[in-house]
Amino acid sequence: MPYLAPAHPEIQRPVSTSLIVLSVLFALFLNGLPWEGVWLMLRPDFVAVVMLYWCTHKPLRVGIGLSWAVGILADVADASLFGQHALAYTLLAFGGVMLHHRLKMFDLRQQTTQVFVILALTYAVYVLVHWQVNGYVVWPYFLGCLTSTLLWAPLSIMFQAARRMRVDRDH
Amino acid sequence: MDNTQTFQFFNRGPSPAVRLVFFAVLSLLLLFIDARYRYLESTRSALSVLVSPIQRLATMPGVLWQQAGDFFTTQRRLVEDNQLLHQQHERDAAQLLLLQALQQENQQLRTLLALPQRGELTTQSAEIVYAERDVFKRKILINKGANTNVLIGQVVMDDIGIVGQITRVYPWLSEATLITEKDHAVPVQVLRNGLRTIVFGAGDTSHLSLRYMPVSSDIQNGDLLVTSGIDGIYPPGIPVAKVVKIERDAAYPFARVTCLPVAGVDKHRHLLILSGLPKLPERPAEEPAPPQDMKTKQKK
Repeated sequence: MPYLAPAHPEIQRPVSTSLIVLSVLFALFLNGLPWEGVWLMLRPDFVAVVMLYWCTHKPLRVGIGLSWAVGILADVADASLFGQHALAYTLLAFGGVMLHHRLKMFDLRQQTTQVFVILALTYAVYVLVHWQVNGYVVWPYFLGCLTSTLLWAPLSIMFQAARRMRVDRDH
Repeated sequence: MDNTQTFQFFNRGPSPAVRLVFFAVLSLLLLFIDARYRYLESTRSALSVLVSPIQRLATMPGVLWQQAGDFFTTQRRLVEDNQLLHQQHERDAAQLLLLQALQQENQQLRTLLALPQRGELTTQSAEIVYAERDVFKRKILINKGANTNVLIGQVVMDDIGIVGQITRVYPWLSEATLITEKDHAVPVQVLRNGLRTIVFGAGDTSHLSLRYMPVSSDIQNGDLLVTSGIDGIYPPGIPVAKVVKIERDAAYPFARVTCLPVAGVDKHRHLLILSGLPKLPERPAEEPAPPQDMKTKQKK
């Protein structure tokens, strides 16, 4: 299991801006697919996981401000209240930026538990706002938090592979 | 957590905590403005121009899947469908003739009695771009927007009944709230006896409920509820829901009535937007407030 070792012992290549932008746009696209019924309940928040990945791996380039802006776009896309996703993603990014040193020491399995806490907080904030405005809570919504957490490991492996591929091509 | 506060060689702007507070307060401010005053609709439609290409793209897999399905339908099914539709059409044509006669008669009677005429409804067809993306909401986005003069408050229906109401208009899209959305109200009357009431969405996909129905009220299983047209938003006489369950409990003043929507609220792709409803006269102004205060004071 080479991928489960602490990430990136080698010197890292810079991540191109286009990879970051494309991954966020693709995440928005995945969130926008016509999910329905049970699948909608189980839908992971792709944007949240991708933003968390970049906040923990490139905290100097993707930070709280950018996450907030992406949150505003997500609000428009989801027709939710202005600032609802933005607030949740701001907290998510803060968690990511604060934890980015620690996460690098862990393997993927340990990372997953840490990520779960951050994502659960993000979901809780989103639900809290909804509860304040509309006066009721939809509990199955938290299922998405679990699937989002499960997405962390495959996503990390995928981004690592993508970045390694770029290195190989450069040789 | 201490080692996150490392010494900084370079100036990297404000610390994460400061940024967190700044953006959190900004979000809360936006939330407050949007929830309370709804000032931000123009900003939203401007930003939607940025997001809508992605949204359009996201509907492509579904559209392709459907087109593939259309392509592979068998000849036999098409012929069967065609026959069914022909039969339906013949039946409908007979009914339509009757309806025309009735309409004429109704118009004459209304002129005789000097009642206002029922307005002609104009409709435009629209297609669902995508449906309920958020577990919390019963909303759909349809492919007609401000470019085709869709207005907030217009009614959306399918071929058998009311589906919802336009609640937000973007340049090329508009958002409709379904009647099953929690607390969405439609004024209706029971077709059988004309009993007026209001039907509310229950917040799950398939149920509506009648609130404030006295236990003794004359309502039965299978009663059809049609719009009463009293509010001037919904045109009168369009089917909304069918009563499926009535619980009468003497301990409560109201009966609990559950209904199912008649229209395929979460089924179809093609919908109609009604426009050009006749304008009702303005509601007369309320009584001036001060005399009421006097009365209450006198009572005390």
